[in-house]
Amino acid sequence: MITTQGLTKVYRSRGREVTALDGVDLHVREGEVFGVIGQSGAGKSSLIRCVNLLERPTSGTVTVAGQDLTALAGRGARAGRELREARSRIGMVFQHFNLLSSRTVQDNVELPLEILGHSGQARSRKALELLDLVGLADKAKSYPAQLSGGQKQRVGIARALAGDPKVLLSDEATSALDPETTRSILELLRDLNRQLGLTVLLITHEMDVVKTVCDSAALMEGGQIVESGTVSELLATPGSELAAALFPVSGDASGEDRTVIDVTFHGESATQPVISQLSRTYNIDISILGAAMDTVGGKQVGRMRIELPGRYEDNVVPIGFLREQGLQVEIVENVAQEPVLLKEGVTK
Amino acid sequence: MQPLLSQACWDTLYMVGWSTLIAVVVGLPLGILLVLTDRGGLLHNAVLNKVIGQVVNIVRSMPFIILMVALMSFTRWIVGTTIGRDAAIVPLAVGAIPFFARLVETSVREVDGGLVEAVQSMGGNTWTVVRKVLVPESLPSLISATTTTVVAIIGYTAMAGTVGAGGLGDLAIRYGYQRFESQMMWIIVAILAIAIAVVQFAGDSGARVLHRRAGKGGEPFRFRKRAAFLPGGPVTADATATPGKTG
Ligand SMILES: Nc1ncnc2c1ncn2[C@@H]1O[C@H](COP(=O)(O)OP(=O)(O)OP(=O)(O)O)[C@@H](O)[C@H]1O
Ligand SMILES: [Mg+2]
Repeated sequence: MITTQGLTKVYRSRGREVTALDGVDLHVREGEVFGVIGQSGAGKSSLIRCVNLLERPTSGTVTVAGQDLTALAGRGARAGRELREARSRIGMVFQHFNLLSSRTVQDNVELPLEILGHSGQARSRKALELLDLVGLADKAKSYPAQLSGGQKQRVGIARALAGDPKVLLSDEATSALDPETTRSILELLRDLNRQLGLTVLLITHEMDVVKTVCDSAALMEGGQIVESGTVSELLATPGSELAAALFPVSGDASGEDRTVIDVTFHGESATQPVISQLSRTYNIDISILGAAMDTVGGKQVGRMRIELPGRYEDNVVPIGFLREQGLQVEIVENVAQEPVLLKEGVTK
Repeated sequence: MQPLLSQACWDTLYMVGWSTLIAVVVGLPLGILLVLTDRGGLLHNAVLNKVIGQVVNIVRSMPFIILMVALMSFTRWIVGTTIGRDAAIVPLAVGAIPFFARLVETSVREVDGGLVEAVQSMGGNTWTVVRKVLVPESLPSLISATTTTVVAIIGYTAMAGTVGAGGLGDLAIRYGYQRFESQMMWIIVAILAIAIAVVQFAGDSGARVLHRRAGKGGEPFRFRKRAAFLPGGPVTADATATPGKTG
């Protein structure tokens, strides 16, 4: 649904050059929620702004719903009619909501329809319908200043949906909201994704957001996508930083002569039976040091850190058993070393 | 005295009205253009921006009395004469246009760039941005700018009186200064003071109503905690507190 190829963005200001995007190949499938995560300055906003060409890519192509937007861009900085039409079919929600304070909630939602040239009656019908969808039917005549942050973002979402887009872009839509409100907004996005078959590309700082709503995720670093895939694909990737950050496990060995291993479940085998089987078959005591599990599509996925008695050499067989079960096993040698992403104030 | 005074009032009103209208009609697009053509603007054009900026600066730096004299041939070309209230409108408007344009520029610059971006993301063009965002969002501030301009023009009309424009200023000078009839002068001063107060009040009220609706202050009593060690007590009611962007 959204594809970028070799996307590069170089900002030039006062003779200084900043490469914000450095050859980004992004692929978002139709109907999925795709999360982009990364540290501040990694280029996430630049990427999402390039998708609807609010920012002109320096090179590379952007294709949305089969349409090459970069080909529509034209030469000058101004957007031609074709590009503007394409943009009207891509919804966008913003961190700071960006609602017009001079308009009522309903008039804010009607704005995209005014731009599309719809008649007054059609506009107000659509706007009320959308406000109902986001649960704000009673606030139609209020002004944005009278709403809470979460309500404002709901208006922002309703507005983004006014043009019946197939794609929704969201740049840290929940970063200005408290955890409770964040959850309700994410649920809304998830519902919209399911009900309307909306493809969502969202940017976030929070791993929880990815875990709650995303089907796929990508990690950006220094203008490049360093990891990307569905959540279970990421889990299946040995040494995946994103997987480690999504399912963080910690815990130290309780003493010498212990083997600490991280077991990754990506949905093929259920958690409980495997561990108890292991314990029974080899007659060993297993302590669970930490676990980060989630249920995705009715299957348990995540990671678990367990401790086995004895050195690694003594545990070759049990570890082999786990691998036979289709589980991924990593031996934790230096427990003190935390995954990099986790140190960057990622909320857990 | 009575008919003289009412005629002068009408003349002043006439001059102020027309020159304000012209100043707004020309100054508003000019001010917006100053923002749009600036670096990072939607119509970025360094040359145009410089040219408009320089012209505005030059006219603004001229004392009004000099402007009147400098514009004499231009005025004659437009209205056919350099004397009378119609003739006075030309320098009044020319002087007020750049004044108002700069105020517009300041107001429009304060509009959150995120709103412009939002409208662009909906497929709006530059004209949409101007019509749906820049003007309505800066309206309270534009009303204040108009108020300031009207008050300034009222002041200028008194000077225009010296070249036979008529109006209250002219009357005050002729009676008060040249004939030493200070009573007339004081009446006129009072009328002008009242006129300015009325204009200011009307403008302020209009701006305040829009401002409040937009949530930029004026909510009934917001309490802001102050550090206890600061003079003025730990808690102060701040009626004009401006809530932040996230409101
Ligand atoms: N308009 C601009 N002009 C110059 N440099 C820019 C501009 N916008 C972004 N940059 C630079 O590009 C790089 C990537 O910025 P970007 O906003 O895409 O990061 P981000 O991943 O969204 O960060 P954050 O998480 O803080 O929002 C940064 O180094 C930033 O300074
Ligand atoms: Mg950003």
